[in-house]
Amino acid sequence: MAEQSMPLWEVFIRARTGLAHRHVGSVHAADAEMALQAARDTYTRRGEAVSIWVVPSAAIVASDPAEKASLFEPTASKIYRHPSFYEIPEEVGHM
Amino acid sequence: MTTIHIEETPHLCAVLRLADTSLVLAHRLSEWCGHAPMLEEDLALANIALDLLGQARLLYQHAAELEGKGRTEDDFAYLRDAPQFRNYLIAELPRGDFAFTIVRQTLVSAFFHPFWQRAAGSRDATLAAIAAKAEKEVAYHLRHCGAWLVRLGDGTEESHRRTLAALDALWPYTGELFEVDAVGRAMIDAGVLPDPETIRPVFEATVDRLLREATLPKPPATWMHSGGLRGVHTEHLGHMLAVMQHLQRAYPGAVW
Repeated sequence: MAEQSMPLWEVFIRARTGLAHRHVGSVHAADAEMALQAARDTYTRRGEAVSIWVVPSAAIVASDPAEKASLFEPTASKIYRHPSFYEIPEEVGHM
Repeated sequence: MTTIHIEETPHLCAVLRLADTSLVLAHRLSEWCGHAPMLEEDLALANIALDLLGQARLLYQHAAELEGKGRTEDDFAYLRDAPQFRNYLIAELPRGDFAFTIVRQTLVSAFFHPFWQRAAGSRDATLAAIAAKAEKEVAYHLRHCGAWLVRLGDGTEESHRRTLAALDALWPYTGELFEVDAVGRAMIDAGVLPDPETIRPVFEATVDRLLREATLPKPPATWMHSGGLRGVHTEHLGHMLAVMQHLQRAYPGAVW
């Protein structure tokens, strides 16, 4: 399948109202409308979704894995940023 | 296993026509499984096939109730021969290339979407419930296959040529969808099934819109094939049933 005629799209689905869309995978499709249908047929066969987003994979700007040390390591020593000292009341639900 | 024989009342015959059309078309679509031009479309065609198979199961269960002889959906699917099948001929034609499958599914869906919409008001409550479910499924089939039709017709030179060839080959099979024989007339008069004449303007409008977008010329009015509704089939159905029914005929009652 020629990449220029059937480019890659990233698929995000929302499982339930109130949750955020989550990345679930990708599909090949000629255009946005067909990408949405391919995503529906590929990733929502078992009632997983109430909403779908598709985004051209080429539109995603990604961090460089080689910069992992400078981007992410400085946070390792700052455990005071982790809200793990609080108890979350059950009725709050998803955070 | 020996072939069963059904005493067809008009009501039972009418339900079998719908059930057989759904089953045969589902089987033709299932032949794409593992062979579609791309993985995404492999899943899409299998999804449509499963929708149609689900409709066929409900319709055969209803047929079994109407007959009242304790038969199951499997008896109807596996233990009747080609002349006992009542499906529209368009459903049994071999799957052809991808363009042929898309054109057929678009034409059939363009008819059955408004058909099921109207059948949801049937005086047969079971049929009305099946129609309400089928209408939503076929709306998606029409959307999906219609979108492909536009892209194939208005695509490359090759895709246009193949789609046009499929349209010319399939168009003479659309007349049968509007055929009303004595069984059909009885069901219309009883309020069980919609009159296909009320569907024709919707069908024509859908087809005209899609063909225009697909830059495909509408085939001229022509002689139309007929016969499926009374069991006179193309040579293809027997071959298809040989494959589909082989297991149950060779190993009667086999289960998973």
